[in-house]
Amino acid sequence: MRYLLKRLGFYLVAAWAAVTINFFLPRLMPGDPATALFARFKGKLAPEAIDALRATFGLTEGPLWSQYLTYLSHVLRGEMGVSIAYFPAPVSQVIGTALGWTLFLAGSAVVLSFAIGSLLGVAAAWWRRGWVDTWLPSALVFAGSLPYFWLAMAALYLFGFQLGWFPLGHAYADDSVPGWNLAFVVDVLRHAALPMLTIVIATLGGWLLSMRNTMISVLGSDYVNLARAKGLSPARVVLRYAARNALLPSVTSFGMALGFVLGGSLLTEIVFSYPGQGYLLVQAVRNQDYPLMQGIFLVITLAVLAANWMVDLVYLWLDARTRDSAS
Amino acid sequence: MSAPDLTRGTLGAWALAIRRDRKALVGASLLALFAVVAVFGPFFAGDPTALVGIPLQAPSAAHWLGTNGQGQDVLTQLIVGTRVSLALGFTVGILVVLIGALVGVTAGYFGGRVDGLLSVFSNVFLVLPGMPLAIVIAAYLPSGPFTVGLVLVVTGWAWNARVMRAQALALRRRDFVAAAIVAGESDFRILMAEILPNMMSVLVAQVIGSTVYAIGAQVGLEFLGLGDVSRVTWGTMLYWAQNDSALLTGSWWTFVPAGLCVALVGFALTLVNSGFDEITNPRLQLERFWRVHLIRRGQVPGRSTPVVREHA
Repeated sequence: MRYLLKRLGFYLVAAWAAVTINFFLPRLMPGDPATALFARFKGKLAPEAIDALRATFGLTEGPLWSQYLTYLSHVLRGEMGVSIAYFPAPVSQVIGTALGWTLFLAGSAVVLSFAIGSLLGVAAAWWRRGWVDTWLPSALVFAGSLPYFWLAMAALYLFGFQLGWFPLGHAYADDSVPGWNLAFVVDVLRHAALPMLTIVIATLGGWLLSMRNTMISVLGSDYVNLARAKGLSPARVVLRYAARNALLPSVTSFGMALGFVLGGSLLTEIVFSYPGQGYLLVQAVRNQDYPLMQGIFLVITLAVLAANWMVDLVYLWLDARTRDSAS
Repeated sequence: MSAPDLTRGTLGAWALAIRRDRKALVGASLLALFAVVAVFGPFFAGDPTALVGIPLQAPSAAHWLGTNGQGQDVLTQLIVGTRVSLALGFTVGILVVLIGALVGVTAGYFGGRVDGLLSVFSNVFLVLPGMPLAIVIAAYLPSGPFTVGLVLVVTGWAWNARVMRAQALALRRRDFVAAAIVAGESDFRILMAEILPNMMSVLVAQVIGSTVYAIGAQVGLEFLGLGDVSRVTWGTMLYWAQNDSALLTGSWWTFVPAGLCVALVGFALTLVNSGFDEITNPRLQLERFWRVHLIRRGQVPGRSTPVVREHA
């Protein structure tokens, strides 16, 4: 419990850091941030509305610390201003519709990649110097050095454009009606398959290698030898004894990988015109929609922090030692 | 009292490792090829922005890699782009490691409250998603290579700090550092003369790893249009390919070459690093030695655990 609270405290510090960075970002711009930020609103908003928006960003008169406090209070209430590109929709509403798609795409891809990669790592360690161990790591390391979005472009060209196996973009077909029915779910999966596949392929190598290397050292340890000597079945020894413990370092890096994969998947979304945060973020950058940009950064960060905390929970469940020292 | 000179002949040892290790040799050759292109290529390639023919021509004898959506020669762009892309990649790679080493070594060496503060600081940067942060910062700054480099350094140093801190912690407990402390050496001197030289091999490995990150992330940012899109780099080539709907017109030659180059450089650096691994990790070296030894004797190399021994 204490362990979890400690981690929670750390994530709160991280969230506060993200909010603070967000506060100082407009002040990075040369000149007066308020003028630059709201120049694009001219003609769209009444002067009173602009004043309200200024308050949201803490760009009020007065010393920096009071601006900062104003900004913090707005963020805590979930107010992130009004989008310029999607005027007059508030930023929170624009982000909300896109967040689900990103979490679905990146989340499923990360979990799939982790599961498949770790299993392959176990296989590579068990049949050492077999074909899985010899060829797959090199091939996947090469795939891992390809930029995500480039892999996405190549896959889209090959399987979407040339072979026509998959749709060329978007989250679902124009003529299908969103709803919880089989036809729509199948349509969504068909659209998600290719982007997901490219992310999985690009990230598989890391999980495979990390699992393989830990497995090799765990397989040489005494308690695994004891399990073998007791005559337990190889499958039981490998999966229940060795793999469970070899998984721990991978789980630790899982949290960090989340943010990284999410960053990569933002670019993948752009290639596939997938209506998630990445697509939205680029639209925001192109339109100089600063309120939207900052809102997206904040929301993505909070999602990553929340996911990290969940990873901590899993770690606690896997590793008996942390659990003991925690209680 | 000086540190045992672990770095003596390091360069020689690396050269040896590269020659002995097939993977590292392939990696180093590839890198050398790219380096030659980066240094000399632009002198011979010509103007990458010149309009040389009809847009989106397929590869032919006249244009080996075809033309892009503006009617510029893709091969010329690729060659000229190599210099900017690699230069920025290596610069960011080195800067990121320097900052990481500064923070990490300070934290690991001094320990206590300094360590606590710096560790939280770098862990926060580690957990914040780098790409979105880089995009948002870059959007606020004037676009260009300087901005791209800056945001990559800001979002990339934390991982190195973590690795360096672990290294410094391990070295801190070694006898020669203890001896230097007892001898009354200043902290600055101990850091510079005792600890950092012994981290050289790790530093080089980190620079290589960070460069892979920097090149990939740089291309990603430029692909989004956050670089200077009028300047020819691998990233802006991909930006224009996407913008000119290269995919939907089937002109694969506009995006395949630049992406392959990024991947080849990354792959080559990874190969070289795995070769260096054998230098920094003697266990791997010995494991290999035993494997060869056992196979020569007609035995099956099992899961032997090699023991690192001092050389006579």
